[in-house]
Amino acid sequence: MNLRSLLGRIGLWFAVLVIVSPAILFFLWMASLSLKFEIDNAAYPPVFIPEHFAWKNYADVLASNRFLTYFINSLIVTGSATALALLTGVPAGYGIARMAAHKSAIVILIARITPGLSYLIPLFLLFQWLGLLGTLVPQIIIHLVVTVPIVIWIMIGYFETTPMELEEAALIDGATRWQVFRHVALPIAKPGIAVAFILAVIFSWNNFVFGIVLAGRETRTLPVAVYNMISFDQLSWGPLAAAALIVTFPVLLLTVLAQRQIVAGLTAGAVKGG
Amino acid sequence: MSVITQTSPAAAQAAAPEKPWRRPSYWPFVVPALVVVLAIIIFPWLFTIWMSLNEWKVGAPTTFVGFSNYLRLPNDPRFIEAVGHTLVYTALSVLLPLLFGTFAAVVFHQKFAGRGFLRGVFIMPMMATPVAIGLVWTMMFHPQLGVLNYLLSLIGLPPQLWVFHPATVIPSLVLVETWQWTPLVMLIVLGGLAAIPTEPYESAQIDGANFWQVFRFITLPLIMPFLFIAGMIRMIDAVKSFDIIFAITQGGPGSASETINLYLYSVAFAYYDIGYGSAIAVIFFLLIVALAAVMLYFRQRMLWTETGSDA
Repeated sequence: MNLRSLLGRIGLWFAVLVIVSPAILFFLWMASLSLKFEIDNAAYPPVFIPEHFAWKNYADVLASNRFLTYFINSLIVTGSATALALLTGVPAGYGIARMAAHKSAIVILIARITPGLSYLIPLFLLFQWLGLLGTLVPQIIIHLVVTVPIVIWIMIGYFETTPMELEEAALIDGATRWQVFRHVALPIAKPGIAVAFILAVIFSWNNFVFGIVLAGRETRTLPVAVYNMISFDQLSWGPLAAAALIVTFPVLLLTVLAQRQIVAGLTAGAVKGG
Repeated sequence: MSVITQTSPAAAQAAAPEKPWRRPSYWPFVVPALVVVLAIIIFPWLFTIWMSLNEWKVGAPTTFVGFSNYLRLPNDPRFIEAVGHTLVYTALSVLLPLLFGTFAAVVFHQKFAGRGFLRGVFIMPMMATPVAIGLVWTMMFHPQLGVLNYLLSLIGLPPQLWVFHPATVIPSLVLVETWQWTPLVMLIVLGGLAAIPTEPYESAQIDGANFWQVFRFITLPLIMPFLFIAGMIRMIDAVKSFDIIFAITQGGPGSASETINLYLYSVAFAYYDIGYGSAIAVIFFLLIVALAAVMLYFRQRMLWTETGSDA
């Protein structure tokens, strides 16, 4: 290795360090805040690694009686909205790809451009009129605004790349189009479905704006619960940071584990709904 | 074997003309999603347009007022101010991530140990729950106890008020937005870099071009389409940005960081002025479409000047 390429290596590693450190330092600082007692969090100059870890911050958050409720709410809303989106969106993506109905994608595009709040006003009135406020149903339905376009968009792209010869052979042999979809197209599309599933879960889990309007005291999802902690219940930083980390931890874990699928899905152009 | 199975559809038809086979309709696959899309996307849109034409307040009877909600907009100083905040916020939140994202993509395009894992770490900010990270940024912005002012003091800079002062609140929020969304630009540009053929680089090396020349005259023109897509997506998301601003400042101090989206929230869900809120929603959507059209126009013009008038 000559001097020139050695300098190149050093420069590259310096650049890598500069690029990733904002993300690394932020999440380390978040963890640090969540593991410190009030006295350390209020210290100046700031303490990065405390002498005593305040594991109690996490215990307090997890033990507070409503946290479990909110966690279950989040699971139900994200789970239902994702399941419904897959049930309707995967066949739709298949149909649109096979019909080559590219113009229908304009609806997805409009959904992508529309601010989430625009859906909230009419649907809020509708739910009020139907007497559904106070249950989780409105949030499940409105999260479909996020999940359905993501799933349809990714599945159109995926089914367009899967070969049609096998399907046509099966059709000519007398299989119905449902059998072909179920036994030929779906098994091949599994990786695409995984991408759609992961992105739908993340963007539904993270969603905040729908919850602040539609959720009542009993029907909050985790992001809304954390936001309410800032304004009402909790003023000390340790438990707040712990709650924030608990809320976002599942997503961060999924990001690192399913990094390849996430990158594939995001670069397919289906980024973020609502 | 493979020769026999690889018959084209045309050949198959020619072989069996007595049994004409037609592709089945795929409409039944689309119907369930169509119902959902009609209910949660099309219906809200039509209903919003209808509401915007009415005097519509929660708990009061509604009356049809034509376009008077729209006519209120130009005379509403808070709305005009919100449009200004939105445009400044958006412009910065498109340009800075494009700049840093391109740099990051060039770096991640090189080969180095642990690249996959570090890319995963790098995209964590955009996948993390916005409210949760907004909460932590709020703590970091704290003028007395925040870590950012401590970091400034280390390099000899005076402490700032960050999101607690009208003059610095939008740049501070843009800092968060840039931190959060630079990874998306990086991923899109990285996809573009992967698609570039190696030949131009080889000939440039032979001609003795330096790193900057290679980037400026080969890489940059070739990734332009990807930068454009990234800029477009960034623009759409930045205009609509809500979670971060709401969690950190709620539009404050005063209304110094109130964008259209936050004002829309206040009108519809704090003042329950549904009709006026709907009018804002419609105009807001048209503004995003208009911004996208302007970007497309400049892109077209750039293509024209690059390739000459015969393109």
